[in-house]
Amino acid sequence: MRFMMIVKATTDSEAGKLPSQELIEAMHKYNEELVKAGVMLAGDGLMPSSSGIRISYPEPGGKPKVVDGPFTEAKEMIAGYTLIEVKSREEAIEWALRMPDPHGFGQGEIELRQVYESEDLTSDAEFLSKEAELRKQLMEKQRS
Amino acid sequence: MTNDIHRTIDAIWRIEAAKLIASLTRMMRDVSLAEDLAQDALVIALEKWPELGIPDNPGAWLMTTAKRRAIDLIRRTKVRGQKYAELSRQLEWVTEEDIDGAIDGEIGDDLLRLIFMTCHPSLSQEARVALTLRLLCGLSTNEIARSFLVPESTIAQRIVRAKRTLSAVKIPFEVPEGAELKERLSTVLEVIYLMFNEGYSATSGEQWFKPVLCQEALRLGRVLAEIAPSEPEVHGLVALMEIQSSRLKTRVRPTGDPVLLMDQHRAQWDRLLIHRGLQALERSQRLGRTWGPYALQAAISACHAQAPTPDDTNWTRIAALYEALSRVAPSPIVELNRAVAISMAFGPEYGLQLIDELSQDQYLKDYHLLPSVRGELLMKLGRKEEAREALLRAAAMTQNTREQELLMKKAADCEQ
Repeated sequence: MRFMMIVKATTDSEAGKLPSQELIEAMHKYNEELVKAGVMLAGDGLMPSSSGIRISYPEPGGKPKVVDGPFTEAKEMIAGYTLIEVKSREEAIEWALRMPDPHGFGQGEIELRQVYESEDLTSDAEFLSKEAELRKQLMEKQRS
Repeated sequence: MTNDIHRTIDAIWRIEAAKLIASLTRMMRDVSLAEDLAQDALVIALEKWPELGIPDNPGAWLMTTAKRRAIDLIRRTKVRGQKYAELSRQLEWVTEEDIDGAIDGEIGDDLLRLIFMTCHPSLSQEARVALTLRLLCGLSTNEIARSFLVPESTIAQRIVRAKRTLSAVKIPFEVPEGAELKERLSTVLEVIYLMFNEGYSATSGEQWFKPVLCQEALRLGRVLAEIAPSEPEVHGLVALMEIQSSRLKTRVRPTGDPVLLMDQHRAQWDRLLIHRGLQALERSQRLGRTWGPYALQAAISACHAQAPTPDDTNWTRIAALYEALSRVAPSPIVELNRAVAISMAFGPEYGLQLIDELSQDQYLKDYHLLPSVRGELLMKLGRKEEAREALLRAAAMTQNTREQELLMKKAADCEQ
């Protein structure tokens, strides 16, 4: 299963202030560990929201509203992500716990979210039986 | 709560097991003993962690605990030397100082040595796969048994016997050098690819694919690419597995029916895995002067991955790559695929000609894909009756019930 480890933005990351050399090195080492364990799929750091764009749909069916950054509420924004492939939810948590505190001054926050995969649908017994049932109904309809 | 912590310990074990066993094998000079010690450490963790909480550095904790057990073991065997004659002979060369003073070497080197050991030529193919899954992927005997649809006792025995062989033959814990390296490395790659293929398509039974083995093989391939980064074929194999994995979800319908490559919903192919595969292929090509069999197969797979629609497939390139593959790794199966590529690039009549030559081949006599492909080509040429016959023959030859159904359906289509 895939998980995204989302590193939340902070006042520093939003200000475009780079983390300390020490933290950069620790992150490097951590990423290397992920790669060496064969679990890392992808990862990137994001620029501050000052160069971001927000597109919203305030009215259903209406035109989109385009707003340039910066945005407020740092905690609701993200500063980076790492996508990992693991065997269990616990393994994802274990890897996330091994990530260095991403900001190191009390604002560091990592959010773990599981990625949808279509296997989740196809291997689900309930889904399969529903499919089969639907198929049967269709066949019967065609016959009648 | 206890269940939660057990699942957490499981996850930690999965992350740490291979590293632990690899380091302990270096210290104890015996893989069987190393695994026992690692297991002991796990048992102690299962006892203590629910009470004390998970240590800050669980990997180091497990290592220290295992080392302490190792020292205990040496002391005990020295006292009761006679009784444990065999063990004491084994431990004769290992001293307490060895273990206490063991420097944490580059863990990658130990892992590499371990994989060369579990894929040693003195073991049977089956034993190599089972032992690798167990020691390098941290899979339990039960998990391995389930993926191969065999009883757990069979796998347990296979592993015990394999470890015994390794101890008896006194396989050194090292990375082979020079000319031997190439040969041994190809055995390692073969084991990983076998694991992957076993997962990708079951040869018999109801299950069309068993993704656990695919994932384990891919993960191990990625690990190998990091610990043996200068080997072009390692990256070639990783590229091949990444690209093939990108189609895992589209190869089967929710009903379990297989979907052939040309009929798959390409928008659902995993772009991330394709991208990773292409990168690995590039890495392989930068390193190698000539392309090895895995890089070539990956390049063929990449042609499909890069075609937005089936009609965009560069069949001329695929035919050329198959020709190159038939030179470095000649096999009737490669020839069969070359025939398909040629028929797609230049017309079914050219492919059919090659297929008919192949039909004389001893090895392909019982291979269901030969009449299956022949049937398809005949159908394209409008020779329906002959096509039907070939497809029915193919259906009778395959063991896979899903594939059988697909072939029967195609045969029935010929009658229309």
